[in-house]
Amino acid sequence: MARANTPTSSRPGRSLLVLLAIFVILGATAVIQGASSVKLGLDLRGGTSVTLQPRIVAGQKGKVTSAAIDQAVAIIRQRVNSLGVAESEVTATGSGTNRQIVISVPGDTGRRIVQLVGQTAELRFRQVLVEGAPGLAPAPSASPSPSPSTSASVSATPTPTAKKGKSAPHAAGTASPSPSTSPNPTVGPSVSPTATPPTTATSLPADVTPAMVAKYNALDCTKLINRQGGGGDDPNLPLVSCDRNGTAKYILSKAEVLGSEIKSASAVLDQTGGGGWMVLLNFNGAGTTAFANVTSRVVGLAAPQNQVAIVLDGLVVSAPRIISAITAGSAQITGNFTQTDSSDLANVLKYGALPLAFDSGEVQQISPTLGADQLHAGLLAGAIGLFLVLLYSLLYYRGLGLVSVGSLAIAGGLTYLFTLVLGKTIGFTLTLAGIAGLIVSIGITADSFIVFFERLRDEVREGKTLRSAVETGWVRARHTIIVADAVSLIASVLLYFFAVGGVRGFAFTLGLTTMIDLLIVFTFTKPLVTLLVRTKFYGGGHPLSGLSPDRLGAKTSMVRAPSTAQSSVQEA
Amino acid sequence: MSRSGTLGSKLYRGEISIDFIGKRRRWYAFSGALIVISAIALSFQGLHLGIEFKGGASFSVKQAGVTVAAAQEAIASTGIKTEVITQTIGTDKVQVQTGVITTAESQMIQDALAAKFNVNSNSIDTQLVGPSWGADITHKALYGLFAFLFVVVLFLSLAFEPKMAIAAIIAVVHDLLITVGIYALVGFDVTPATVIGFLTILGYSLYDTVVVFDKVRENTRGLTGGSRMTYSQAANHAINQTLVRSMNTSLIALLPVASILFVGAGLLGAGTLKDLSLALFVGLATGTYSSIFVATPILASLHEREPAMQALSRRVASKGNQGTKANGETDAVLVETKARSSQTSSAPRNQPKRKNKKKR
Repeated sequence: MARANTPTSSRPGRSLLVLLAIFVILGATAVIQGASSVKLGLDLRGGTSVTLQPRIVAGQKGKVTSAAIDQAVAIIRQRVNSLGVAESEVTATGSGTNRQIVISVPGDTGRRIVQLVGQTAELRFRQVLVEGAPGLAPAPSASPSPSPSTSASVSATPTPTAKKGKSAPHAAGTASPSPSTSPNPTVGPSVSPTATPPTTATSLPADVTPAMVAKYNALDCTKLINRQGGGGDDPNLPLVSCDRNGTAKYILSKAEVLGSEIKSASAVLDQTGGGGWMVLLNFNGAGTTAFANVTSRVVGLAAPQNQVAIVLDGLVVSAPRIISAITAGSAQITGNFTQTDSSDLANVLKYGALPLAFDSGEVQQISPTLGADQLHAGLLAGAIGLFLVLLYSLLYYRGLGLVSVGSLAIAGGLTYLFTLVLGKTIGFTLTLAGIAGLIVSIGITADSFIVFFERLRDEVREGKTLRSAVETGWVRARHTIIVADAVSLIASVLLYFFAVGGVRGFAFTLGLTTMIDLLIVFTFTKPLVTLLVRTKFYGGGHPLSGLSPDRLGAKTSMVRAPSTAQSSVQEA
Repeated sequence: MSRSGTLGSKLYRGEISIDFIGKRRRWYAFSGALIVISAIALSFQGLHLGIEFKGGASFSVKQAGVTVAAAQEAIASTGIKTEVITQTIGTDKVQVQTGVITTAESQMIQDALAAKFNVNSNSIDTQLVGPSWGADITHKALYGLFAFLFVVVLFLSLAFEPKMAIAAIIAVVHDLLITVGIYALVGFDVTPATVIGFLTILGYSLYDTVVVFDKVRENTRGLTGGSRMTYSQAANHAINQTLVRSMNTSLIALLPVASILFVGAGLLGAGTLKDLSLALFVGLATGTYSSIFVATPILASLHEREPAMQALSRRVASKGNQGTKANGETDAVLVETKARSSQTSSAPRNQPKRKNKKKR
């Protein structure tokens, strides 16, 4: 009891000043930064988020390295920025090589984002060795339904002589009657899928192994699952692959020209041909040479080996026939593109291929309507939860309940300022899970007040005066609160590092509010109680103060004479 | 307040004392039974995993007049063969869940639904989860769990003592097993939000345990020097003293969680809010139970094995009326504890408490 008279923490004014200073600093920071509203996550305002998981590709040298992920983030960021949507974000979460790339784009961009970022964009030019109908059974003759598919042309832009082609239906399998309107009758339908089974083909190129033929025969390109692409194909090996629309399948040579040999790419409207959009490529020095070599080599060969396939992420975009060697260092990719398609593809090619292949782990598309609904639900739940906690505090702790109301109000204010400032400094966004974390933290914060109040009341029961009870009770409650909050903090830090996606927001707000809780208890709740017990209402043990020794059943009270107290103990 | 205030003070002074520790075998048996039921439910029924874990897609359309039949028609029209679960939420929202599909297939479904219900395909809320995603987040959650348990054991060993850390962790694992069991039994959906809820429970359950243990530590300090009460009795007294506090903290923590659960499930249907708060709600209840009925009794059991504590038990026993029974065996101590706590609020029980307090 003697210790209670010389507490070190009995300078409530100073603690409250510290809190005020923190408030002022945070408020000023928010004003200086111009942070006026909390940044809301996509699940609260609508938008698309894509989480990409790096994948180790079999047979490829490149392991998932930290540097590769960083590079991928940079490339994806350029691609996303090319959309020009404000506040788009590309981040890597997690640590080391076990990271995911999270792309979030607000608004209605939807699937365009998914296609844009997930694409590895490994562009390769490979010579066609075998071409056939997409189905499983190698049909002996050309059935009319899988009409000539690959629509495209590669040409040296300045030399329209190399131009050829026909536009084929973009959508797979629909086989809309767009007969080949080949401008050049001498060319004819270059890629007629007469589908001579490769096993019986007359002249199989030497580097087509039986294993590849078996793989080719087993490949069913009419199935979507076999047309996922994803890249990661070894440029030094031949490739068995599908047309990306599922209209043909191919055995292709090793890559002759790589996407990295592209100097620039742009979307242009085809003025000479069908008037569709296409992507114009310009090769660098090595690319020009390589492309010239392959075009001049195949130009004299028989179909289908005089075609060069443009392979994007392991799928054939087009496989035009080469009519003359192209030495000018440029090529076009056509394929019945829309303007959006072609500019996206040009952007993707321009910024380079991703150094890794990715699985799109999770794609979430939330409309602004649902976002608003979720925000309202979260706020409503928070308001109800807060109201219930306040009500309970007031009913149970009476006057002390007012202290927890005040403390929670201060905690709320601090949390708001912190989310404002952190939104600007570290890009903290409030998600639905984050709101849940905030609401849950109301309970945790109020819990530490309860621990303190109950301790205080215990001390009063021991027969201490209120003033000394506050100090001794605080010293003991302090330890409990620190340990309990430390456990909460450990939990939130670990949750933050091990959680994926939106639930990290929960861990973050939980951790943030636990720290705010500690701050409030030390700089507000305790000093306030110290000040309050100096008042008549609290210090005098008014029945409504929540500290009435009589009501608490104290052994001794300031009112009673010591002898009464003694006798009451002996009775017990 | 006054009534519970009085109850609180009676509990505090030991005038009312509930024998938690003496009857520990009963609680162990109860918890053991719950864990066995959980294990059976888990192995026979398994957990109902959300699409985040098994992979798949979910689409929801908000439009007046949506029906399950129309949505199923739209899916069937795409010709994609996958398991489809369709349900309506409220009157103007329909949700379709499918198995693992590709991005392209997901877009076909999106288009089909958009056409069927005459909405913009970008206004359809979709979630597409790859098949390997679930394994990834499961691994992460497990790493998180073990890292958490390890760090907490270390921390509590330093902040309190190793035996308290062990008892606390046993209680936490107990909570986790029972919560998972309840999920298996009832068939609630398990999503990443649920997992986060589970992991948060760990922190919560420990919060409660820490409050009780802090009091136990205070009550048992310098205990071996005297011969007034055994460790079990001191610990039991601590539980009684913190009982009101435990109930208040649990109730206060439960109120906001209940409000999230109510609003989340009522307004939004399945989703982050509901999944998270349901796991918290179930976990909080078991957490409160375990800090009183599991953690502290285990702590007492661990301590009663110490030679010093057994010697103390003998001294306490020889001082009391039932001295003949004390032979230092744990079982004997158990009987002893029961016997002593049945004598309600005897003066010697109050005395050491006060002395203890005054010492510091």
